Amino acid sequence: MNISIFDVIGPIMIGPSSSHTAGAVKLARVSALIAGKPFKHVDFGLHGSFAKTGTGHGTHLALLAGVLGITEEDERIKLSPDIAEERGITYAFHEVELDDVHENTAVITFDHHDGTSTQIVGCSVGGGRILITKINSVNVEVSAEQPTLIMQQLDKPGVIARISRVLAENNINIGLMRFSRVAKRDVATSVPETDQRIRPEVIDRLAALDDVLWVTVIQ
Amino acid sequence: MYSSIQDLIEQATGRQLPLHRIVLENEMALTGKTEEQVYELLERHYDVMVSSAKKALTQPQQMIGGLVTGVASKQYAYETPLVGKYLNSVMAMALSASEVNASMGLVCAAPTGGASGVLPAVLLGTGEKLGCIKQQLLDALLVAAGVGALITKNATVSGAEGGCQAECGTAAAMGAAAVVTLAGGTPEACANAIAIALMNCKGLVCDPVAGMVQLPCAFRNTSQAVNAIISADMALAGQQSVIPADEVIEAMFRVGKMLPEALRETAMGGIAVTKTARDLTEGLGGRTIGTPGDPGKR
Repeated sequence: MNISIFDVIGPIMIGPSSSHTAGAVKLARVSALIAGKPFKHVDFGLHGSFAKTGTGHGTHLALLAGVLGITEEDERIKLSPDIAEERGITYAFHEVELDDVHENTAVITFDHHDGTSTQIVGCSVGGGRILITKINSVNVEVSAEQPTLIMQQLDKPGVIARISRVLAENNINIGLMRFSRVAKRDVATSVPETDQRIRPEVIDRLAALDDVLWVTVIQ
Repeated sequence: MYSSIQDLIEQATGRQLPLHRIVLENEMALTGKTEEQVYELLERHYDVMVSSAKKALTQPQQMIGGLVTGVASKQYAYETPLVGKYLNSVMAMALSASEVNASMGLVCAAPTGGASGVLPAVLLGTGEKLGCIKQQLLDALLVAAGVGALITKNATVSGAEGGCQAECGTAAAMGAAAVVTLAGGTPEACANAIAIALMNCKGLVCDPVAGMVQLPCAFRNTSQAVNAIISADMALAGQQSVIPADEVIEAMFRVGKMLPEALRETAMGGIAVTKTARDLTEGLGGRTIGTPGDPGKR
């Protein structure tokens, strides 16, 4: 049985819906971690049940709370519009229609202060669990249940070997590793899930590797 | 390791261990936690369950729309329940946790937030009825969680995917297993109780008024809590589900897939599109609800 009982009894969360409130908080919080940089505006595209019943479930409040770093157990979720205003962050919600995605899917676009933007697509799959499915148009699968590294690197021979050597040298075991790329010899994304937490100095070493463009960690 | 109710029951019976030991061993192997750590975490979840099941018994909770504000205290104050004090207290506690959940208060999902009233009510009410100590309740909670994990793995616990049968129905199956455990029933009786509870609510749709987890959610948490207990009682009396629990779980998943999108948490069908529900929705700030004729996206 590969599902923890605490994925079923839990999360301890702010109601009303594990998928529409708690899952939405986690989805948005993990998305902001992946985006990494501070942002001045965030846009939420809501698909399916998120769009249809989101308001009544507090999904809007939950998504906004999540990008602000508020957690699933925090009673400030319902105050997220005030907190966004205090921090000078603007936001917008609208409905989107996507093909072949989960009912509870959101497209979250962060506009950063440096003029760049990051777009994350993910869904809340029930019981507070989530799956990030796209980062800037690259397909990924990130559930953020284990410590997870998300890296972008050049699609060249030997890059993965260098990444796994750094992890091995630091006694970090890879439980699962997914790859994807836009095209051959272009930018590829690798998502190792690890059994151990990843220390900041390990992340620095990974980021300094040749041909590694970008590293972030969720744990 | 196990991957079905059948596996779980066979292991418990074969090794002459109670079900909760098998679930506990699996959790320890899966997460690397010690027995103490699992119980410590379980107790933290249990404590949140207790507080949500008690909080609204005397304090009505405020929420947008207020459709179920005060329902728990009303049930709790009712002195002449036809079903007796035990079931009435279970009902009041299921309403309490639902009310706390609807007010954006703190609950423990079991298996989801929308169904978070069933298990606390069943556990606490039955624990009190049978004079159980906390350790027994935690063991029963382990069994319930093990059952819920299997349904998560082999079917779904998402209302958007499977309707209310997947949320409150799963909670009822988990609760039924917990009640059989508390009453000292066999692993086999647990399996029968799980199957009967899920059979009793097969096809139950998710049709929240104004898309809010209030109505009929609070009443469904209550009726599924009672379903858990009567299913356990049937199994304890020796009733056989005939259809094995794993097949009933699979059938639940298939029925969920067959439900139109309008009846899967979209507030586009069922109770959510009655005339009164539409009026209420408009009164809540003019949010529009779709009609059953809207094209599905699947």
